[in-house]
Amino acid sequence: MTEPAQMTEPAMELRGVSVNFGSVRALQDIDIKVYPGEVHCLLGDNGAGKSTLIKVLSGVYRPSKGEILVDGKPVTFRSPRDAQELGVATVFQDLGMISLMSITRNFFLGREPTKSSLPFSRIDKERANTIARQAMADIGIDVRDPTQAVGTLSGGERQSVAIARAVHFGARVLILDEPTSALGVHQAAMVLKFIIEARMRGLAVIFISHNIHHAYPVGDTFTLLNRGRNRGTYAKSEISRDEVISIMSGGEDLKAVEAEIAGLLAQIGNRPPAAP
Amino acid sequence: MAVVEDKAIPPGELKATDRFGMTSKRAAGADERLASTGKLTQWLRRPEAGAAGGLLATIIIFALLPGAANLYSLQGSMTFLTLSAELGIVATAAALLIIAGEFDLSVGSMVGFAGVVIGLTVKYWGLPLWGGIACAFAVAILTGYLNGLIVVKTRLPSFIVTLATLYILRGLSIGITRAVTGRTQIPYILEGAPDPATAGIFNGHLLTSLFRWMGAQGWIATRSDGIPFVAGIPMSIVWWLGLTALAGYVLTQTKYGNWIFATGGDLIAARNVGVPVDRVKISLFVYTACAATLLATIQVMEAGSADTTRGLLKEFEAIIAAVIGGVLLTGGYGTVYGVLFGALIFGLVQMGIFYTGIDTDWFKVFLGIVILMAVLVNNYIRLKALGRGGGK
Repeated sequence: MTEPAQMTEPAMELRGVSVNFGSVRALQDIDIKVYPGEVHCLLGDNGAGKSTLIKVLSGVYRPSKGEILVDGKPVTFRSPRDAQELGVATVFQDLGMISLMSITRNFFLGREPTKSSLPFSRIDKERANTIARQAMADIGIDVRDPTQAVGTLSGGERQSVAIARAVHFGARVLILDEPTSALGVHQAAMVLKFIIEARMRGLAVIFISHNIHHAYPVGDTFTLLNRGRNRGTYAKSEISRDEVISIMSGGEDLKAVEAEIAGLLAQIGNRPPAAP
Repeated sequence: MAVVEDKAIPPGELKATDRFGMTSKRAAGADERLASTGKLTQWLRRPEAGAAGGLLATIIIFALLPGAANLYSLQGSMTFLTLSAELGIVATAAALLIIAGEFDLSVGSMVGFAGVVIGLTVKYWGLPLWGGIACAFAVAILTGYLNGLIVVKTRLPSFIVTLATLYILRGLSIGITRAVTGRTQIPYILEGAPDPATAGIFNGHLLTSLFRWMGAQGWIATRSDGIPFVAGIPMSIVWWLGLTALAGYVLTQTKYGNWIFATGGDLIAARNVGVPVDRVKISLFVYTACAATLLATIQVMEAGSADTTRGLLKEFEAIIAAVIGGVLLTGGYGTVYGVLFGALIFGLVQMGIFYTGIDTDWFKVFLGIVILMAVLVNNYIRLKALGRGGGK
């Protein structure tokens, strides 16, 4: 369990963060450092505390204990908006996209460019459309018509709109919550490439997943969560894919389960299947 | 071409010429699976298309029935337009609120209560008309604010919260009026008011000289003294069209309009990107209450009296007009122009049935069928807008 040898300051850091819901300790004493230009994967099985951790990082929950630091300074997020203003953008699993609204309207929601500063001044739609299209093109996706409803896009395209939005509005820390979990092979590959693109631009990317096959190829650092605790942070060179899987699932447990299944199959194997 | 190139690059391999080996499926301009959509299809996908079609059908149906000449005469038209206008003023406001994901069932009671406030303050407190109207709007702002505040703070369904307001306001109207006057009506409000001209803003007519001139030319029917039957365009219609245009502009062209759609489309997503969803909702509750008060003022100024039963069932008529107009009851989708058509259908049917001599008992049956058809068409159009069967 070593820290990656980097000279720069972490873009975002958690120090001893715990979250309790009543008597349930969802997270205990979590330390995480995320550096610019790094893809930091948070891996864990269901119930490991991934969702709670994202909500702490993105400003939805406040930690019961511990500190959040952005660029080395302690901060308190009262809302996701606070986090965004400090450059911490989260793409939630449900994407925060409104399917009946157009790509452009979604892209600029809450930050609409207007033609003047009067209360009911017009949205500068031409500029908004151009910027939205350009921001999407920059990240490698060509939108034919930015006025089409987000609901008409595929899952991968929606994900890319959400990522393009976060990057465009100056995110320095990009948190992606299970961005590939609902996607097919091609689209998942597309999103993984966007993650690399974001990394190349010097963003700190926090990639939350339970799918090691998506996380391992793009990740630089892996933090493994199990039952609300940090089971270690590893650089890619220090750990193999199989080791990650083993730690994620609680290692020994899985072997026991495998042995049990093998025994069961051996038993069944001796008997023919019951006639219907 | 793009697809082939895409497959030629093994996953993970980066090529300098091609950005990260990424060629979007759409990079070459068009997705071959995307059928081109014609102008007609695009227009039919607009939320107000159903209402426009419905209006056209209604106009044609009544044109074929007896009594069409009277219904579509200038006088008949002004009558149904006035009915449409009175509904349209509150329906537009209700539509914005529904798009933001909430209902206001207290609209009808607010119409009655605002009328009573004007009546009592003018008649018994001796305020000038403008003072009485200002009091009514102050009460409306407070009521709307409280409705909104309770809904956003408690997160109770607005359906229930405003249902309570519906009863409270109606009860207050009757209770206060009877306690003060001993009756449930307040007559002769305009008589003796120091500023009768104020009433003209609400019950007057626009373009009166044009209509008089047209009467003199013999183009429109006049009474024996040469004054045309239709003195001009009633102010209620002017208010209706003006407010619809304003609401349409705000909804589609401004930041605030974008927030209204977002609030009703996905509350949590909207809040997460920093849309002040609570403020959006509260302000729209204030607007519906104010729209109801505007209607109350128009009615009081036209009738010269206030009646505690005014506005009965207006809340449902407003919701119906909004739904016919293509506003999605679940929020996040709709236009105010559709509501304009919805209100027109409503007024046209109401007067049409009267002019054709059909028993007016059938009006409600017709209304029920229109609502059902409107909802079916809306549902279909929304799926079309999304381009597939998927919901949210």
